[in-house]
Amino acid sequence: MATITKPETLLGKRIRRREDPRLITGTATYVDDIKMPGMYYAAILRSPHAAANIRSLNVQPALARKGVLTVFTGKDTEHAGSVPCGAALPGLRVPHHHLLALDRVYFVGHPLAVVVATDRYIARDAAELIEVDYDVLSAVADPEKALAAGAPAVHPQWPDNTAFTFHQEGGEVDKAFAEADVIVKQRITSQRLIPMAMETRGVVADWRAAERALTLYTSTQAPHLVRTLVAQVLGLEDNRLRVVAPEVGGGFGSKIDTYAEEILMAFVAMKIRKPVKWIGSRREDFLCTIHGRGHVDYYELAARRDGEITAIKLKIIQDLGAFLSLLTPAIPTLSVLMMPGLYRTKNIRADVVGAFTNCMATDAYRGAGRPEATHGIERMVDILAAELKMDPAEVRLKNFIHNEEFPFPTATGLVYDSGDYAAPLRKAMDMVDYGKFRQEQARARQEGKLLGIGMSTYGEICAFGPSPATPAGGWESSQVKVEPSGKVTVATGISPHGQGEETTFAQITADELGIGLDDVIVVHGDTSLVPYGIGTFGSRSTAVGGTALYFALQELKTKLKKWGVTLLESEDVTLADGRCTCNKSGKSVSFQEIAFAAYRAMKVPAGAEPGLVSTYFWEPPNFTFPFGAHIVVTEIDRDTGEVFIRRYVAIDDCGKILNPLIVDGQVHGGVAQGIGQALWEQAVYDDNGQLITGELMDYAVAKAPMMPWIESGHTVTPSPVNPLGVKGVGEAGTIGASPAVVNSVVDALSHLGVRHIDMPLTPEKIWNLVSAGGGK
Amino acid sequence: MEPRLLLIHYLREVVGLTGPHIGCETSLCGACTVELDGQAVKSCTMFAVQADGAKLVTIEGLAADGKLHKMQEAFWNEHGLQCGFCTPGMIIASKQILDRNPNPTEEEIRHGIEGNICRCTGYQHIVNAVRAAAKAAGA
Amino acid sequence: MIPQEFEYSAPKSLDEAITLLGRGAKPLAGGMSLIPMMKLRLAVPDHLADLGRIKDLSYIREHSGSLLIGATTTHYAVESSALVRSKCPLLAETAANIGDVQVRNRGTIGGSVAHADPSADYPAALQALEAQIVARGSKGERAIPIDSFLADTFTTALEPGEIIREVIVPIDGAGVGVCYQKVAQKASGFAVVGIAVRIQRGGEKLSMVRVGVTGLSNRAYRATHTERALEGRTGTPAEIEAAANLVAQGVDANSDIHASAPYRTHLAKIHAARALAKALARAE
Repeated sequence: MATITKPETLLGKRIRRREDPRLITGTATYVDDIKMPGMYYAAILRSPHAAANIRSLNVQPALARKGVLTVFTGKDTEHAGSVPCGAALPGLRVPHHHLLALDRVYFVGHPLAVVVATDRYIARDAAELIEVDYDVLSAVADPEKALAAGAPAVHPQWPDNTAFTFHQEGGEVDKAFAEADVIVKQRITSQRLIPMAMETRGVVADWRAAERALTLYTSTQAPHLVRTLVAQVLGLEDNRLRVVAPEVGGGFGSKIDTYAEEILMAFVAMKIRKPVKWIGSRREDFLCTIHGRGHVDYYELAARRDGEITAIKLKIIQDLGAFLSLLTPAIPTLSVLMMPGLYRTKNIRADVVGAFTNCMATDAYRGAGRPEATHGIERMVDILAAELKMDPAEVRLKNFIHNEEFPFPTATGLVYDSGDYAAPLRKAMDMVDYGKFRQEQARARQEGKLLGIGMSTYGEICAFGPSPATPAGGWESSQVKVEPSGKVTVATGISPHGQGEETTFAQITADELGIGLDDVIVVHGDTSLVPYGIGTFGSRSTAVGGTALYFALQELKTKLKKWGVTLLESEDVTLADGRCTCNKSGKSVSFQEIAFAAYRAMKVPAGAEPGLVSTYFWEPPNFTFPFGAHIVVTEIDRDTGEVFIRRYVAIDDCGKILNPLIVDGQVHGGVAQGIGQALWEQAVYDDNGQLITGELMDYAVAKAPMMPWIESGHTVTPSPVNPLGVKGVGEAGTIGASPAVVNSVVDALSHLGVRHIDMPLTPEKIWNLVSAGGGK
Repeated sequence: MEPRLLLIHYLREVVGLTGPHIGCETSLCGACTVELDGQAVKSCTMFAVQADGAKLVTIEGLAADGKLHKMQEAFWNEHGLQCGFCTPGMIIASKQILDRNPNPTEEEIRHGIEGNICRCTGYQHIVNAVRAAAKAAGA
Repeated sequence: MIPQEFEYSAPKSLDEAITLLGRGAKPLAGGMSLIPMMKLRLAVPDHLADLGRIKDLSYIREHSGSLLIGATTTHYAVESSALVRSKCPLLAETAANIGDVQVRNRGTIGGSVAHADPSADYPAALQALEAQIVARGSKGERAIPIDSFLADTFTTALEPGEIIREVIVPIDGAGVGVCYQKVAQKASGFAVVGIAVRIQRGGEKLSMVRVGVTGLSNRAYRATHTERALEGRTGTPAEIEAAANLVAQGVDANSDIHASAPYRTHLAKIHAARALAKALARAE
């Protein structure tokens, strides 16, 4: 009888990250650190207008500049394919998205020409010498204005500026509304945001004509998707196209997409037959890397007098931008899927309108559709509580799906995997001493102080995902390779860029094989080193990629055991603690000895082959559904409208925790971006389609003094979807934060008659409300 | 040397020190922070010619004799980084805090890294790292 | 990210610099404003004269009741100077509020003043201090009162070929309380509104009140209406509020996405009151 025991020694521990030594010494290699012999530099000329016809384009002055090799324009790339959109919806209008503008520009930053020169300074100078004669047209930058009659058409062939409409319905909505004791309605916006990864996008392309081989180094979250899509657009052979995501300086969803510049640099390298590099400036990154959110939502909630929510109606107007990036139209459909939040109601109706605007495309930014949905439902629950004069916590507790109802089929067609929704809320309420705070608040109000408490109880759809429900497939791959020395190389299809899987995957591997953490390395992000994979986004890396690794390790252990049986000449062996031991004789062979024997192959076990490698592609049976509760205490300076966060409590349930240090880091960073949306961040386009917040001078992301101390905690409800029991944590902080902050501020102002405030909660907005509400 | 050559480009392209990074063009993100004659400066907001004759230390120069600087060690132990792009500048700025004030408060630490944007960590683990480094230096 | 080409000179003396300026060169001090503008190609000078190599232009000295601060003295030098902290605490407090650590390590007082950014911090303090800007040109030196010096947005009273050599601020004796209060624009750190206050009590009455305001309008200015309303009074909370409400009198307030004109004006009033109260408390 052979047994396999699983010593859990590393999982669950606060282990410092194994990727850090190169990062803290400045020796990591990001795209801009790559230099190749004979490499050229590209600079891109971009449109200063949001909508214009191009009367003429004269590149001669640029070509005349010393050091300029060549200039490409839209005519050169006209017959290359379209920058890809990978999402499909019935009746979706997908505009052809040329690599370089042909005869018309559609948004500020639209690329017109690429200058190739011997250095980046010369390329930049020369781009400025190109003469363009524009016939400037009217633009529209606001999605509701774009849908109004008589708006300028973003794409002349579609004068209604409508890319798609989408309807989803479940239960008996009209009946529920007809029978409702109370109906609350609110327009809620989720403003456009700029993802602002610290590293701007950049590409190095290297073409070896003799081998028909192209290597693309690009700052991406999904190198295999880039490979497939670039190969498709340019008609290349994907087995000769290698895409490398070297060190990647953050993405937050904005680097899932395959961008024009990635295809363009491949195109350029093949034309000039030399390596070429393009690195986006911060301004280019603001203008031409996808934006997030961009919702105008119209909510209606039907409820009983006791607080039970009986139905939800939602109309979403999604600002798409001018072109559809990889997942653009799919993002609001995620909002629809999550519109019931953690609540039991089975009656929902959603209508989405996707509106073209003369702006950069919106797409997946941290949370991607779920922050919008969570913000909406969590605001609406508070509005309902105010209407019914109930405590917002009570309304939530009343409507939560019960523990015994899991797996819970939702009105939107999902099956929530597992949950204990009251647990994090109760824990958070205990931490802030909710009852006591309400007394303190009452006293503070008498003194004229504006003190508020707000909560959000959020749910997410994560671990994307079952392939039928995920564009491009939702499985993940992993390969475990034992070297002859017994050292282990894990190759994963995910592409981490800060999430720490070089550490957590090594923890999984070391535990499963009973070897040291240091005996394992984890490689990723190079299509020539790792099996085909999907990438890192949607809080999927550990839940899907980690599970693929888990199953690859199980296969490997079966092989190890076969070798142990052969080496020990006994069928009764145990594999544990890095050894295979004969249960009868007590003799054992070490993991290293097995590895050596497997490659030396003096005697190959029956049903085995030499070597020790396992590859596993795992298809998840379902998404995972992490959840949690945030509670925020705010104080408002009534004279200035400034919001101060006095306490921030974040209780997250992401299932089992593999490394608490890393999980806390994910929550902190997520909360920073959620608070950012609630209080400061906003991509502002003016009526002409100019991005007013086009630099860090005007777009406020969190800086250290702006952030409160985050008191984080966890409840643990394992996911039944995968054997690791993990759910995912990358987006949780962001999703939970914005409604908690806004609910807190609205609570602080509620006695002045304030019911809702749209983000960001600028001091001026608050001051106007306080002034109008009889404050001072 | 071309006068317009920025110090960050000089360090990265000419000297080959790619530790400091470029994260913006408006002198706000601090990813390019290096030490110039003992003071933290943004190397994207200087011309290389201005640094002629100065003593420069980049992140690559912090570890001595193969041993990490206390601040590097603290960032590692406290998980003060995720994607790592801001880290070389962040560590130099954090070192400056302790150079000037060995026992900073949380507020002083946050103030000291105001010129360095991190989009990943929410800064909390960075604050912990600077505290830990202060403690280690005092020990 | 990449500036246009330019000619670079590193004069060793102020006179050499003035000669270069006469030939059209633009002075480069700390570069904290100029270099980002050049990188965005909003500034495209043909020729830069780097003042960084001029010896003896960075100093803080006490001289007959005044502090003399050399043009290339950095914000950090001012902020951390024991002399400035004790003799002109308003300037030290203001310097500590500029930008961030790295900017204060490189940015200079002369550069900041010469740039005349309407939302820079120093000008508010210099207005409250009634500072003198010592400019030198080919025809010699002149001292320009800060109020005349700050002509308009990004525009100063410097003649072509003139350069700032020194900033002179008064030493405040005992009984003077100061405060610099700022609402920072969240993204850039520049002042949406900045209020610098210097206040002196002579017996029961306030004998001197000086209020400098930045961020609100085209240039930093002295809120003389506020000053006059408080001088000779005792400084009760009601008097302070009434005086603070005059801080924007006659001023055409700026408006942008960060603050509308009415809100900016309101902030100026609120923070003027707060800065006055704080300075008064420090004066006692």
